[in-house]
Amino acid sequence: MNAFPFSPIAGIVLRYFFLYTRNGLRAFELFFWPLNTLLVWGFLTRYLSHAGAGEVSLPVSFLLGGVLLWDVQFRATQGVSVSFLEDVWTRNLLNVFVAPVRTWELVAGFCTVGLLRVVITVPILSLMAFLAFQFNLLEFNFWLVPFFGNLLLFGWSMGMLANALVLRWGQAAEGLAWALPFLLQPFTAVYYTVETLPRFLQPFSLALPSTHVFEAMRHAMAGNAPIAQGLVLAFGLNLLWLGIASLVMHRVLGIARERGLLTKVATQ
Amino acid sequence: MRPPLLTVQNLVKDFGDFRAVDGVSFELAEGEILGLLGPNGAGKTTVMNMLLGLISANSGSIRIFGKPLETHRIQILRRMNFSSAYTSLPGNLLVRQNLTVFAMLYGIRDWRSRVRETMERFGVADLADRITGHLSAGEATRVNLCKAFLNRPELLLLDEPTASLDPDVVDKVRTLIRETQREAGTSIIYTSHNMQDIELVCDRVLFLHRGKVIRMGTPDEIKASFDSSSLEDVFIQIARGGDLEIAGDR
Repeated sequence: MNAFPFSPIAGIVLRYFFLYTRNGLRAFELFFWPLNTLLVWGFLTRYLSHAGAGEVSLPVSFLLGGVLLWDVQFRATQGVSVSFLEDVWTRNLLNVFVAPVRTWELVAGFCTVGLLRVVITVPILSLMAFLAFQFNLLEFNFWLVPFFGNLLLFGWSMGMLANALVLRWGQAAEGLAWALPFLLQPFTAVYYTVETLPRFLQPFSLALPSTHVFEAMRHAMAGNAPIAQGLVLAFGLNLLWLGIASLVMHRVLGIARERGLLTKVATQ
Repeated sequence: MRPPLLTVQNLVKDFGDFRAVDGVSFELAEGEILGLLGPNGAGKTTVMNMLLGLISANSGSIRIFGKPLETHRIQILRRMNFSSAYTSLPGNLLVRQNLTVFAMLYGIRDWRSRVRETMERFGVADLADRITGHLSAGEATRVNLCKAFLNRPELLLLDEPTASLDPDVVDKVRTLIRETQREAGTSIIYTSHNMQDIELVCDRVLFLHRGKVIRMGTPDEIKASFDSSSLEDVFIQIARGGDLEIAGDR
């Protein structure tokens, strides 16, 4: 057999390339929701700032930065979870699981799809944010790299956990898998500071890597605090979350093999 | 003498209190087609899924190509393939795209020529640019078989490949499987509810009932042991016969 390295990962990525390039509606879906969110939040914050006759630029920037960075994490999560669900929906999951694809290759393929979704949508969103609200994402300079990197990593962990839910509880958990990023959204300080949360929720919020990224983003915009420490902490937390997600996925795959859940999920 | 391609020894699988597979043992030789038969709930699909590593065994062992499946799963899967009437290739991609993706998943280096060659072999080259979800049942079966033969498998698992096809298409698919198998020398494990399928395609048949092997032999031997003229009659006897003596007890 003439196997070549990374061929399975390339196969998974190629599958989604084919899917998005031959179906205009799928490509439309890729941009519609983030653009919609960006415009609604952008116009709302501009309106509120004008209505309050206060300082316009900073609150608008905080919110727009939040919208853009949140989309990075959301797309990364979706890249992993929807790619998996796509195989469930098309009754292709069994074909994939009986192919010589290691679990890490499957996850790496899905993560690459997530990364590509971010690479495609974020520049368009950023351009729109600049044209509509004069918000320039590039003002973050090199900080964008750790911002994006940390959010991608956390998004991948969430995607793996969402897939574990579907594997363990079948399509009944599909809604939960979709909702997982939004379950965390109120606690991860996307649009407001951690101090805004009730005191008892703050430790939970600080255990999420994304919280430190959003806090760092606001500090960077306000120019009033060092941000490197928060991003390093976010990276450390990401390693922890990736470890937890990998362990959960590994354990759930074991349970699925034990109880015959793979075939149930694949053929239901 | 060459060792068997597949050796299953004393395989047991429990789902809670229910024993789905109960001490199943069999071997498969190179180039042999073995039919797995049995009424619903007999344990055929569970055995098939265990051979694919989708379900783990409570006890017993599976050795494929001389290696234990448990520890060499990926290495073994590279030399195997699978097709089932109950799975499908993504319906939203073109036939050519689906086969290309699977060629990559199976690590086939010369994937372009291999996809083209397999499509021609199975007479689906004219369907290459059709959306997979728009194919007829017969066309989809042939495309599924294309996927199953893409990596030139030494062992192929076919789970009811002719289910829900009309007799003409069944005959064509059966001929195609048999011809391709003869040319490539592929060993096949074949499940079907179509007894004619089994008689015409399989060299040997393994009858399962309530998770146990109750008979094993050529279709003629099985018919003779039940004093029956067709496998269909044997099947009905087994399905309605309640507790039957297990293989080796006779």
